[in-house]
Amino acid sequence: MVTDAGTWIALAPVVVLAVTSFALFLLDSVNPGKTNNGLLAGLSLAGVLGSLAVTVWYFFTGVGRPEGLSLLGDQVIVDGMSLFFTFIVTSVAALVVLASYDYLHDQPHKGEFYSLIVLAATGMALMANANSLMTVFISLELASLSSYALVAFLKHNRGSVEGGLKYFLIGALSSAIFVYGISLVYATTGSLQLGAVAAGIEETENVGILGVGTLMLVGGFAYKTASVPFHFWAPEAYEGAPAPVSAFISSASKAAGFVIAFRVFVEAFPLDVVAGLGIDWVLIFQVLAVVTMLVGNFAAALQENVKRMLAYSSVGHAGYVLIGLAALGGGNDAAVMGAAMMHLLVYGFMNTGAFLFIALAEYRGVGRTFEDYNGMWRQSPIACAAVTVFLFSLAGLPIGGGFLSKYVLFTAAIGAGYWWLAAVGALASALSLFYYSRLVKAIWIEDPIRELDVSRQPVGLYAAIVAAAVMTVALIPAFPVVDLAQAAAGALLA
Amino acid sequence: MLIEALIAVTLVAALVVFLIPEAYAPQVAFVLSLLPLAGSLYMWTRFDASGNALLEGSTVAFETQAQWIALDPYAINWHVGLDGVSFPLLVLTTVLVPLAIMSAWTPIQERISQFYGLVLFMEASLIGVFSTLDFFVWFVFWEAVLIPMYLLIGVWGGPRRKYAAIKFFVYTNVASLVMFIGFITLVFALGDSVTSFGMAEITQALHNGELSGVAGLGPDTVALLCFVAIFFGFAVKVPIFPVHTWLPDAHVEAPTPVSVLLAGVLLKMGTYALLRFNFTMLYDVAAALAVPIAALGVFSVIYGAMLALAQQDLKRIVAYSSISSMGYVILGLVAFTVYGIGGATFQMVAHGLISGLMFMAVGVIYNATHTRMVGDISGMADRMPIAVGILIAAAFGYMGLPLMAGFAGEFMIFLGAFQSTVLPSAPIFTAVAMFGIVIVAGYLLFAMQRTLFGEYRLATDYEVTRAPLHDVVPLFVLIGLIILLGVDPDIFFTMIQDAVDPLAELGGGL
Repeated sequence: MVTDAGTWIALAPVVVLAVTSFALFLLDSVNPGKTNNGLLAGLSLAGVLGSLAVTVWYFFTGVGRPEGLSLLGDQVIVDGMSLFFTFIVTSVAALVVLASYDYLHDQPHKGEFYSLIVLAATGMALMANANSLMTVFISLELASLSSYALVAFLKHNRGSVEGGLKYFLIGALSSAIFVYGISLVYATTGSLQLGAVAAGIEETENVGILGVGTLMLVGGFAYKTASVPFHFWAPEAYEGAPAPVSAFISSASKAAGFVIAFRVFVEAFPLDVVAGLGIDWVLIFQVLAVVTMLVGNFAAALQENVKRMLAYSSVGHAGYVLIGLAALGGGNDAAVMGAAMMHLLVYGFMNTGAFLFIALAEYRGVGRTFEDYNGMWRQSPIACAAVTVFLFSLAGLPIGGGFLSKYVLFTAAIGAGYWWLAAVGALASALSLFYYSRLVKAIWIEDPIRELDVSRQPVGLYAAIVAAAVMTVALIPAFPVVDLAQAAAGALLA
Repeated sequence: MLIEALIAVTLVAALVVFLIPEAYAPQVAFVLSLLPLAGSLYMWTRFDASGNALLEGSTVAFETQAQWIALDPYAINWHVGLDGVSFPLLVLTTVLVPLAIMSAWTPIQERISQFYGLVLFMEASLIGVFSTLDFFVWFVFWEAVLIPMYLLIGVWGGPRRKYAAIKFFVYTNVASLVMFIGFITLVFALGDSVTSFGMAEITQALHNGELSGVAGLGPDTVALLCFVAIFFGFAVKVPIFPVHTWLPDAHVEAPTPVSVLLAGVLLKMGTYALLRFNFTMLYDVAAALAVPIAALGVFSVIYGAMLALAQQDLKRIVAYSSISSMGYVILGLVAFTVYGIGGATFQMVAHGLISGLMFMAVGVIYNATHTRMVGDISGMADRMPIAVGILIAAAFGYMGLPLMAGFAGEFMIFLGAFQSTVLPSAPIFTAVAMFGIVIVAGYLLFAMQRTLFGEYRLATDYEVTRAPLHDVVPLFVLIGLIILLGVDPDIFFTMIQDAVDPLAELGGGL
């Protein structure tokens, strides 16, 4: 296959990330272990921001919109949706890289860390562009393998290694299930390219096998997005991982998992066709959405460990986003999916910010229980103000974009006739205020138990937290972006 | 763009104060809080509105309408503007905040810049609440008020501050949620006849009878249920019996300047929203429910006053009497006459000033004696003649002494309620409510007599000296304003009347 220059230019956001990642490897291999932290972080940040800039430029100049540019023999596609999700991934990656500069100051193997982050981001960005089950699988594995290593990065920390191991084992299992599902789909339809799979489904006779294959694909996505019942790895991995990595996995990786789910199910298994065959995946996602919203939020309310609380709340948020798939077929499809995409965008900033705040606490040597955060405003009032914004926005109070994105999501579901999905979502949101405000109370109202080490001020970490807070708030006036998200979703559904 | 500028200036001021060193925060916060005050006074000189912002054919002052989120089917737009109902409350907010900030100089001695930053953030949200005409944006500001209040009570409050802060947060948040659901259902039930969350558009559609049924319920039932949900949401904020129990806790635990803002402005959010939503949009339901609403109002008057009579804590006395005063406002609103609704709006401002003054004066005494218990102190008049003199003046204002703002407000409410054609047996309700004044006079005079007069006695070891100047200045300013409004209520009442006239016509009260 001859690939012309235009292909690479259209794929520039992914290519820039890949090149950055290799450049980091190369730079670090010149003098391993002695490389300048600032240089590595600066290079990673430059690469990620470059990719982000190209993405934004493409998005607004309309590259690949609305129907999308099909590239590399239809294996990848560049369209509004892929650019929207690449934006989420690269923004989160930029924040995480910025925060890691301080978090890693006394860790060895910094070069590996940055290049793995950027490599994982490459995989996630590629996931957004994947247009065939093979590309989906390869990009998913690229992102996952890098993530396993990142979770276990603190290799002298038992929690980190244990989290990484659990993440890896469950990830390997679900990869196996996923790839087996792909093979079943291939067996019945004779194709891996998403559009061709849809065409093959109409002619297939092996509906039973196709159904099993579809179910296995759902399992694979549920794992990647940490949806119930494939969420068990998430609290362990998020708790054990270095906090910037938790931020990265819970925000960017989740978004990337969702873009695959959106694209694969809409493109390869069109509702009007598969419903006639008795494979009603919307029903599956409805069950998943309700269970995920309830389990995630109730479990979060019971946690004593802040990182686990955020991990379970992140499961709950996966449940909200699942409404984007669960409310399809109600005549309001583009609005529902666009709203889910918008929620992922807002979530990308507020959830990353919340985890980076945990990173700040870990940097100061605390950060496990709620009590550890007592009176933390004394050391870092600005970061504490920022985390208040994140937490209330996650809970759905109108201080950040989280309120609007939840509102748009729930009303879109009501508009599609699934008012009970919105009702469960609203109930779960109301519950979430309880556990989020618990952390706010600890930070601002309770008296501190111990003195924290504040000898060193983490400038990069602060900058990342403040940037995330500014974006969370700025998404309120900038909320008309939801129109672009819905247009991108509409193009996919058309 | 003046309203946007006002909000922006206040927000920037909040940020600046939050970031500056503690040592300068009080003075800088005070100076910066004069900017919104200057802005609102400048707006007063240019104020030009006739009619009610939500009704057709009205002129709205400083109106800006800009497209924001073009959601299908209901667009969310940036729409701000002021009329005779909202403008006095905006002025009240910008007047009370600098005074509250000055009165915080003595009691607030820790986390100073955060305190003033939160107060200014709250002021920005309050300006938004009183000036926004799109429901969605309005709700954003409405909820944004809660967060600083939660922290202000929780961090700087008294011994049971955590309990009080959480109780406040839970009560008002649940109320907001119920109200939100009620209002959104109402908008959904309007179907295609509205295309945005513009409050004027929704009001117009409701008045045109565009409401349709939802989920098998008829339009009348939907209107009734939504009215009840919205009423409940705002009743908690006001607060009206029986959802008032968060208020005494919040007041007693909150530091003085926060109590001033809580009683002075936050409670008015509730009555303002009741006027805007329940009594303007759903006036026919309000008229149909006039008897139970008036009964709740009158009961709140008597009940609040009786509770105040039973208190030993000066702050609690003032707090419970707020429930009483807000009951008058409810009675005035439900009367649907020009003097009823106009008097209620006027009373919102008057009570904002008087209760603010009462809390400040009690705060000054507390700063000096470190106790608020009626039994612990007596003879304060000898030691702190100026502060005590003003406290007595404020108490007379509360009792409705003529030529003070409270008298004008209450008199208009009683006049309006007495004439009401919407409320059956209005004279009886009015007569019962008027009896509240007697109880008010009773508990205030009783408390004054025991704490301020007689022989000097103090149960704590503090040396009582004269209050510092910055504690007394806000008291003088407020008493001046109260007398000014009492002598010349037309300062506000003409503009209030412009906005209220069309409302009274709706209820057939003219």
